Amino acid sequence: MKVLVPVKRVVDYNVKVRVKADQSGIELANVKMAMNPFDEIAVEEAVRLKEAGIATEVIAVSCGATACQEQLRTALALGADRAILVETDAAQAADLQSLAVAKLLKAVCDKEQPGLVILGKQAIDDDANQTGQMLAALLGWPQATFASKVVIADENGQMRATVTREIDGGLETLSIKLPAVVTTDLRLNEPRYATLPNIMKAKKKPMDVLKPAELGVDIAPRLTTLRVVEPAKRQAGVKVADVAELVAKLKNEAKVI
Amino acid sequence: MSILVIAEHDHAALKAATLNTVAAAAKLGGDIHVLVAGANCAAAAQAAATLAGVVRVKLADAPLYAEQTAENIAALIVANAEGYTHIIAAATTFGKNLLPRVAALLDVAQISEICGIESPDTFIRPIYAGNALATVKSADKVKVITVRTTAFDAVGQGAIGGGAAVESIAAGPDLGLTQLVGRELTKSARPELGAAKVIVSGGRGLASGENYHMLLEPLADKLNAALGASRAAVDAGFVPNDYQVGQTGKIVAPQLYIAIGISGAIQHLAGMKDSKVIVAINKDPDAPIFQVADYGLVGDLFQLVPELTAAI
Repeated sequence: MKVLVPVKRVVDYNVKVRVKADQSGIELANVKMAMNPFDEIAVEEAVRLKEAGIATEVIAVSCGATACQEQLRTALALGADRAILVETDAAQAADLQSLAVAKLLKAVCDKEQPGLVILGKQAIDDDANQTGQMLAALLGWPQATFASKVVIADENGQMRATVTREIDGGLETLSIKLPAVVTTDLRLNEPRYATLPNIMKAKKKPMDVLKPAELGVDIAPRLTTLRVVEPAKRQAGVKVADVAELVAKLKNEAKVI
Repeated sequence: MSILVIAEHDHAALKAATLNTVAAAAKLGGDIHVLVAGANCAAAAQAAATLAGVVRVKLADAPLYAEQTAENIAALIVANAEGYTHIIAAATTFGKNLLPRVAALLDVAQISEICGIESPDTFIRPIYAGNALATVKSADKVKVITVRTTAFDAVGQGAIGGGAAVESIAAGPDLGLTQLVGRELTKSARPELGAAKVIVSGGRGLASGENYHMLLEPLADKLNAALGASRAAVDAGFVPNDYQVGQTGKIVAPQLYIAIGISGAIQHLAGMKDSKVIVAINKDPDAPIFQVADYGLVGDLFQLVPELTAAI
């Protein structure tokens, strides 16, 4: 069974983002970029499935500008077998929205016929939390989002995934037919670090480049960002001396107890 | 303009998030319809009919909706989407799981987790974990939207005269793609974290799960508060994951948020900084939590928390 892992290039999670002065977006010049952390968890899970003998091949896919090759090389260093870049120009990459990405990934799935697509539940830049669900819809496949545990087994000749999902108020376990789309939550696993020999090996692994037009996908954005601003800053309040003063303030000043 | 609100419910009663979602619909302006899809869920539909501003409830009552799977409910929504300008749901795990599927089937974008409405096609939403706010305009014929519930005050329940008409609609297909194996829901007599007026939240400073329960529960009992936690406390195993407040946990905005032994990592602040009043108790006077707290108390929480519990 092939496993397809879409990965997104985003601002590194350690970077404190700054809004551009002209309110057109976030400052990205000279900012460290990295693989979306939720996608890193997805790569790890796919590689573990291969190590367990369930997956035969792990294919990493990224949609965006040429620079996404860096994140694909990271995925290869972590254990993916080959990579596909669906390459757009820089302007398109800057406004590549979830629906367009889902359509590109659907086209890749049509070519590759994976048994499982596993990806992060959301990217830490636009926080959309859409791509996996949209891809599942376009393919007509089942979905198991926000996964904290994935077990894949053959049940009477039918491959199924048993997925534990993190939902409001607790956990839910679903059994879904494969092929399916799974999106990862934080507690699914702890990704490994790429070792130097594996980083070297990753340079030799194959990477195909496709264009959206070859896949027959219209990637025009549907949403227009009018402006991006910083949220109102919360003012720091006062330090109180003791519990008695705190209780008095809460009762008389804030009137919340 | 006509808006379809997707109700979130447990078949017997509406979840509180539905009331906030209807409030967002009211801000959009236009006729508000509510879709209740469930199994033996007439009571939830009746409750939806009494929500302020709702003019019609569409009820799809069939066994295939018992488990509330995204695949079957998305198919039902798409079959009933004709004529609606907006389809909206709460940005809960239910809504986030469901609506992108609906949007893709309708070939439209989804606008995630809006916290403001500028006009019927222009919305404000947080990006980068709330470190920036984007204003986005949709060109699609149908706007599919999830709503950050804490940004919209819940509508009233119990309209005079029985409220809106409840219309039964045909169930959609059972796609048979998914089976529910089980759910483990945390049982608690306390208010739900997302809807609580007061939240007592604990972090790594509590040092252990035993301390968390021993110190925080009596205080939460006195304040009728929900219990929350930082990711550090969850990762350390003090409490289960569904206690987590923050970027990757729950986004909350209670009247009073008491952060105990929480340093205030950005990802935690992203989940609670819209609270009306924030109290922080921490031994480190330079902890970032004090930069957002209205009232800060520096000291040993093992002494201060019992004192506070006794003083309230």
